[in-house]
Amino acid sequence: MNIPSHLKYTKTDEWFDPSSGKVGLTDYAQSQLSDIVFVEILVSEGEQLEAGKPIASVESVKAAAEAYAPVSGKVIAINSELVNSPELLNKDPYGSAWLIQIEGGDASALLDAAAYEKYCAEREH
Amino acid sequence: MTETLTLPQVIEPTIFELSSPGRTGVTFPEPDVPRSDLPAELLRADLPLPELAEVDVIRHFMHLSHLNYSVDGGFYPLGSCTMKYNPKINEDMARLPGFLFTHPLQPIETVQGSLALMYTLQEWLKEISGMAAVSLQPAAGAHGELTGVLIMRAYHRDRGDHRRTKMLIPDSAHGTNPASSGMVGLQVVQIPSDSRGNVDLNALKAQCDETVVGLMLTNPNTLGLFDEHLEEVIRTVHECGGLVYGDGANLNALVGVMRPGDIGFDILHFNLHKTFSTPHGGGGPGSGPVGVAAHLADYLPSPIVGIIEEGTDDLAPLFGFIHPPRSIGRVKAFHGHFGVLVRAYTYIAMHGAEGLRAVAENAVLNANYLRARLQDTYHIPYNRVCMHEFVAEGRFPGSDVRALDISKRLMDYDFHPPTNYFPLIVHEALMIEPTETESKRTLDAFADAMLRIAEEARTQPELLHEAPHRTPVGRVDEVKAARDLVLCCWFPENQ
Repeated sequence: MNIPSHLKYTKTDEWFDPSSGKVGLTDYAQSQLSDIVFVEILVSEGEQLEAGKPIASVESVKAAAEAYAPVSGKVIAINSELVNSPELLNKDPYGSAWLIQIEGGDASALLDAAAYEKYCAEREH
Repeated sequence: MTETLTLPQVIEPTIFELSSPGRTGVTFPEPDVPRSDLPAELLRADLPLPELAEVDVIRHFMHLSHLNYSVDGGFYPLGSCTMKYNPKINEDMARLPGFLFTHPLQPIETVQGSLALMYTLQEWLKEISGMAAVSLQPAAGAHGELTGVLIMRAYHRDRGDHRRTKMLIPDSAHGTNPASSGMVGLQVVQIPSDSRGNVDLNALKAQCDETVVGLMLTNPNTLGLFDEHLEEVIRTVHECGGLVYGDGANLNALVGVMRPGDIGFDILHFNLHKTFSTPHGGGGPGSGPVGVAAHLADYLPSPIVGIIEEGTDDLAPLFGFIHPPRSIGRVKAFHGHFGVLVRAYTYIAMHGAEGLRAVAENAVLNANYLRARLQDTYHIPYNRVCMHEFVAEGRFPGSDVRALDISKRLMDYDFHPPTNYFPLIVHEALMIEPTETESKRTLDAFADAMLRIAEEARTQPELLHEAPHRTPVGRVDEVKAARDLVLCCWFPENQ
């Protein structure tokens, strides 16, 4: 399980990069969902977000899930590539498969990599 | 541009590929009314409708039907779907000419038999559920949910209570519950399960406030478990002013034994096509009547069937349509799926009260028998006495075999796979619902196959990864099917 140490995490399996403000789904999330076949970003550029608000709808061959905003802030970019290439969420969850970019997010309430890894391990049973 | 879909292995060509110019199945007689031609601008030359003789069409669909797996052909333990055997007398009754050759716009005096059947079915569903009133309109289960949620919203608004926007839904509920609430514009709040598979009471209490529309409760839940604190769950929601909706999709576990209305459910939908045995799967039609407690009766979809002139000793009553005063309106064209209502009526009449109770008892017994036979081989995470179904994990320690592999391998043993990957709260879920109509011999054959497959997973895992081997179509590429949708095997010239 790939859990980069420079990112912050939520209990709903999103990652947040405090330096760039990018948000995505974790490796754990994509492996649980298996092959992702559809993604729709539910927010638009310029929108003011509250933490916990749904930002994307993701469907795999097994399940449908929503991704939530890990922090509050303003949406400054959305990744429009994903709509045509949902498989990027499986292949490159921490890179080209970022969902949106948020400005002014406060990551202090989020989990660090070690805490998130422990949380994932607990759910395996 | 014409493109032909190429399949790796053509089992039966499409009906377009079987077409041969000039072949016809039917020769129309001369019309007995003056002919009127279609407007020229609506005519098109590029519509390649297939041309076949009747025998070609019959053979094509006969071949396709032989590729199907059906409950008439074998065991179909598709959890949550209640794929019981559907007695053929249901079909005979639905084809009685008196039912078949009626039209919903006929004057009511000419369809009294049909209306009497609908009225009696409403009364029986009230008796079975303990609800005060029933509408037969909704087309299927999820439509019944939507109807129920609209009634809940109308009830609160009617009382001037506009703060309620939150629907509580346990994580062991049916997946349609959040969708139905979302369609009505409500905010869905998920309530976790506790370690025994019940609604987590503390989490529920933390959410219960003056913004709660209600709780949508599937009981038994999708783990096949009866909530051990059911009365407290209902009381907690009522105390904050919310209503309790019962998802009746699992009523097969309770019918004739427990009445949801007696313990405080405000609304309940029925899946006639599950509990009361009408053919389903492959797209329906279903039927999802909604029952409500007395305080919600005025909100039911309109119209419902009622007695509009009382009968006498010599004269039957006159049945007609009545309109609940605060109705949310019509939710379905005409009066619901009438043919399904006839089948469900037949099934209930045939069983009677004692027979229906035996349905639930045997459904629960069969599920527990299978659970007991599999529990030492397959991990069952919430393993206690279940109701009509149970959920096992389709994975083994140290093995890369998954629930999907086990499901596909079951097809080689000529069984329909269980529901897999649902509910989401169990890893690699296999949700097994045998129903009451299966014999011990069938249950043992299925359990034996499951145990053999577990052994194969240990000794020959590739056999499972590549399954099925004995079906007309092998392992299909589900990812490609979902990503590259091709719904048409020909393309009009100008596109």
